[in-house]
Amino acid sequence: MSGATNMLRFILNDEEIAISEIRATETLLDYLRLTRRLRGSKEGCAEGDCGACTVLVGRLRGGELSYETVNACICFVGMLHGTHVVTIEHLSPASGPLHPVQQAMVDFHGSQCGFCTPGIVMSLYGLWMQTPRPSVPEIEVALQGNLCRCTGYQPIVKAGLAMSQYGAVEADPLLLHRTQMVARLEALRDGRTVDIGEGRNRLIVPASVDDLAEIYAANPGGTLVSGATDVGLWVTKFMRDIGPMIYIGHLPELQTITETEGALTLGAGITYTQARVAVVKHFPQLAELWDRIGGGQVRNAGTVGANIANGSPIGDTPPPFIALGAHITLRRGNERREVKLKDFFIAYGKQDRQPGEFVESVTIPYLPAGEKFACYKVSKRKDEDISALCGAFRIFVNDDGVVGMVRIAFGGMAATPKRAKAVEEALLGKPWTAATVEAALPAFAADFQPLTDMRASKEYRMLAAQNLLRRFQLETTGAAERLSRAVA
Amino acid sequence: MNKLDIVAPSTKGGRLHEATPHDSAIKQVAGRAEYVDDLTEPEGTLHAYLGLSTRAHAEIASLDLEAVRQAPGVVGVLTTEDVPGENDVSSVHKHDEPVFAETEVRYWGQPIFCVLGETRDAARRAAKLARIEYRDRPAVISVEQSLKAGGALVTEPMTLERGDVDAGLAQSKHRAKGKVTIGGQEHFYLESQVALAIPGEDDEVYLHVSTQHPTEIQVMVAQVLGIPHAAVTVNMRRMGGGFGGKETQGNIFAAIAALGAKTFHRAVKLRPDRDDDFQITGKRHDFVVDYDVGYDDDGRIQAVQATYAARSGFSADLSGPVTDRALFHCDNAYWYPAVKVNSLPLFTNTVSNTAFRGFGGPQGIIGCERWIEHIAYALRKDPLEVRKANFYGTDSNNITPYHQTVEDNIIHRIVDDLERSSDYQARRQAVLAFNREHTVLRKGIALTPVKFGISFTATWHNQAGALVHVYRDGSIHLSHGGTEMGQGLHIKVAQVVAEAFGVPLDHVKINATNTGKVPNTSATAASSGTDLNGMAALDAAEQIKARMHAHAARIYEVEPGEVAWEFGGIRAGQQFVPFMQLAESCWMNRVQLSAAGFYATPKIHWDRASGRGHPFYYFAYGAACAEVTIDTLTGEYQFDRADVLEDVGHSLNPAIDLGQVEGGYIQGVGWLTTEELWWDDKGQLRTHAPSTYKIPVASDVPREFNARLADWSVNKEPAIGRSKAVGEPPLCLAMSVVEALSMAVASVADYKVHPNLDMPVTPERVLMGVERMKREIAR
Repeated sequence: MSGATNMLRFILNDEEIAISEIRATETLLDYLRLTRRLRGSKEGCAEGDCGACTVLVGRLRGGELSYETVNACICFVGMLHGTHVVTIEHLSPASGPLHPVQQAMVDFHGSQCGFCTPGIVMSLYGLWMQTPRPSVPEIEVALQGNLCRCTGYQPIVKAGLAMSQYGAVEADPLLLHRTQMVARLEALRDGRTVDIGEGRNRLIVPASVDDLAEIYAANPGGTLVSGATDVGLWVTKFMRDIGPMIYIGHLPELQTITETEGALTLGAGITYTQARVAVVKHFPQLAELWDRIGGGQVRNAGTVGANIANGSPIGDTPPPFIALGAHITLRRGNERREVKLKDFFIAYGKQDRQPGEFVESVTIPYLPAGEKFACYKVSKRKDEDISALCGAFRIFVNDDGVVGMVRIAFGGMAATPKRAKAVEEALLGKPWTAATVEAALPAFAADFQPLTDMRASKEYRMLAAQNLLRRFQLETTGAAERLSRAVA
Repeated sequence: MNKLDIVAPSTKGGRLHEATPHDSAIKQVAGRAEYVDDLTEPEGTLHAYLGLSTRAHAEIASLDLEAVRQAPGVVGVLTTEDVPGENDVSSVHKHDEPVFAETEVRYWGQPIFCVLGETRDAARRAAKLARIEYRDRPAVISVEQSLKAGGALVTEPMTLERGDVDAGLAQSKHRAKGKVTIGGQEHFYLESQVALAIPGEDDEVYLHVSTQHPTEIQVMVAQVLGIPHAAVTVNMRRMGGGFGGKETQGNIFAAIAALGAKTFHRAVKLRPDRDDDFQITGKRHDFVVDYDVGYDDDGRIQAVQATYAARSGFSADLSGPVTDRALFHCDNAYWYPAVKVNSLPLFTNTVSNTAFRGFGGPQGIIGCERWIEHIAYALRKDPLEVRKANFYGTDSNNITPYHQTVEDNIIHRIVDDLERSSDYQARRQAVLAFNREHTVLRKGIALTPVKFGISFTATWHNQAGALVHVYRDGSIHLSHGGTEMGQGLHIKVAQVVAEAFGVPLDHVKINATNTGKVPNTSATAASSGTDLNGMAALDAAEQIKARMHAHAARIYEVEPGEVAWEFGGIRAGQQFVPFMQLAESCWMNRVQLSAAGFYATPKIHWDRASGRGHPFYYFAYGAACAEVTIDTLTGEYQFDRADVLEDVGHSLNPAIDLGQVEGGYIQGVGWLTTEELWWDDKGQLRTHAPSTYKIPVASDVPREFNARLADWSVNKEPAIGRSKAVGEPPLCLAMSVVEALSMAVASVADYKVHPNLDMPVTPERVLMGVERMKREIAR
């Protein structure tokens, strides 16, 4: 490992911050509210669901600076090395005019109690910088991670539609001073690993993936953190000590997107947002699912690799990736091995991952010509909810109409994401018809014994899972009907 | 959401009845509006955290807090033994709501002790170190379990009765008998409960609390500390949402913060984590409504008998008045020739349910609308037809189940107006046609009305005070007893005062609600905030005006009749005197420029024992038309369109009122669709945070959402500016969505079977309803 520094550096609004003493699990929200006394960002849930704490984080990636919304409540300060953090206080001077997004919110009566409002403004601001004239669906996606209990959202959506009338995005200070900010951020990074504190309170920000491999092999009890969209809750809800905390979300080597002839390989540190274009290009059937993973703030922080490594039975990406025959690459020190994703999940909370080993990438083979594929997420609320169940279906139907290959995987139906092997067997070699599907439905009971919990009953999970197979058959034979919020 | 007007609306406003932005809007969008947790803490402020029970019902066998005391950063621990006054915060003085559990815990999440630390994090970590042993006792969690266990009540039930129900039922040609379950609702105010207590000299304590009811906080703190009310001052600038959840539920947090402050002589802040807020604080009551209704061939109701059973939780809290209000709304907009309804406020080992926007009224209405729907399906009629057949009359058929005459009925006009503007009839035909042509997707449409009674049914709460000062520079200080939780009360009352004095709105300085300025106030609740406090503020303004008027006549030597108030000042004979100059002149001549205003709602009275009286000053009306599409494979649905028409009388501020209508409607939609409270078999609430409890997000709003105010309506009663209350009635309109979903489900069995969907109508309930319909056709 190259020489380490004990200085964590980032820029907060206009101010350069250098920190040499900080708890590994100090959240950005606590840092803002308690240490910096910047109290515009609010704590509504401390679990990344309500968005009242939304801030923008500007990150340099390949020389490009992009600002994305982040939930400060589950973002550790240690994750901010070399970034530009922008809070609500930065949008307008105390005595000066409001920012265009803010003025639109005032004029359209977008705030009532006002507690969610700073977060909403930041989410609209983030949208405005990228899409100054958004459509209603684009605004709805941008607001997925922001809860408002007062307004019923209509005034906020109207403010979003109107915001470009209040000022030119080109005149926005963050964009005007982008070049200078890039230089300032580059100056913060000296290529050294950041290593602060010790024991359970140690924070490590490796300078490279090789440093990471070395550090993690030496500290296999440490916790790897990329987006902290789950680990954040271990701290804010369960008050667990997770140190040594090893942050990996910034490592460019883990943020590669490789499109070979046969497969898409995503570095484990790729956020959902970063991966979206490539994923949707190769797997357009995943577009809807992708936009329903958490809210925008979660997709800007959470990573594909961690969604897998986490091992949750209700993660959104494992079912489609298993159905597509994906494999992951695990690395420990300089040793690497490949594991089929379907074999990675052993039992609840248990994966095929050795101490010191980390997920380096996931490789998803493209859908061979002629195959059909679909993925359906079912949840109580359409957006920003965790699956009650999620089913992924992939099939090849021979010229004679007979099922030549079938892969089906579900989340939410067992203790792990799981293949539906009995159902697959019941379909294989049969004509791809409604009658075959009906005959295969009893096989679900051999594959799954789902549980009842607060998201759904076992009866509902089973019935909906069977119906998703019915839907897949209908859709692949041309009789498709799906809910769509698009205006007819 | 088409036809959006994205040209900035005119928002200058400021005069009474004009659309004017919320007074805090600019501060809110800039992150500069301060909530209790944002205030600069006094130096040395301690942070309190609560230790909660992990049993629904148990004896506390032992309580070992040694590890808590020894934890780093801990200053002290408080338990029931440290309470100098009464260990009780029951808002209705039933002494059934301990601050700290004593020998028994009665719900999962009940506070047992409090730890005070130098930081919130230290206190919170320490709270987890308690060693508590329990001896479990049998727990009743649900309404069904409670009834099975004997149906113990937390407070006196109520009966409303008019006419001969037994005869009416016996003589009816048809009977609709059924049962419907209506879920509860978590308030999910974005700002969780919070209190900051600052010790004063002697027995005094000063608190900043996020509360709808500063006076009750004052009373409870005094009770727990054993000190006079006058020693406690409560200040409240704004809440980050209340919705009823901060009417009584802040008591325990404020009392403990004050106890800590007086015990350790340091300021104490108590703010629970969101998950703990979910566990500790009460919610909307869930109800099971049993009904037996007689009707004729036209769907005209002859007699109604119903029982409204509610999960009240472990204590009375407001369950009495909440279940009362459910009964007061068992008629919604309909006349019953004979009626007998009972309430059952049931004891359960769950958190004590409490006020929530509508206060039982929505559940009363839903029960009623369910039997209307039941009748319609039985007769194969459009439910709207059955509704119209039963509407209250204007000159006859207008006596309610509580013997009040409905004197201001406009339901016919409201429904006619909405039926036209929403194009209901044509769209219903289109929905029926859609369902004939589609298998997987089905649609439903429904138009439902609301009549909502305005006034606290506990008559004595219908009073308010205000304090107005005019300063020498013409600026005006406004305080009143109402609290601001986002609903726009302050801006509306400021508009009233500015209009009264004839000055621009920015002359009026809105101040925090403070028990030291206006005493003995009522909760800001029951949609009454503007009605009560607007009138009290007007009274104060009129007193000052009368003195200024007399002074002007004197000093400019004209008859009082020659003095006239104009915008910006006063005209005395030929001379115009600017307001500021007049104020200065009053001061120079020793004329008092300050007044305390008061208002008590006229006309109302209520005798609960006999079930007779005139509990409501007036009624607010509304109607909504909802259209939905369901997916019969998964039960998922989307909300295609909503048209909402609300009667707010002559609106004081149409922008604010429309915000209440839209927001209330969507909050109701959330309650009845995706917001599911789920307790496990041990009595622990497992939907404990936004990750598991799903309130609406932006994409749950109807794709087309046309909400408007009935601009032709004027309150028949001389309420403030002839306006009407707006907070709660629109929430009840969300029933339209349930019934639209119901129609979509019923289409699977060609509308021959009434789906009787329980609420919330989650995707699961839709799918299971579809399955029931399929079984019905197969039979």
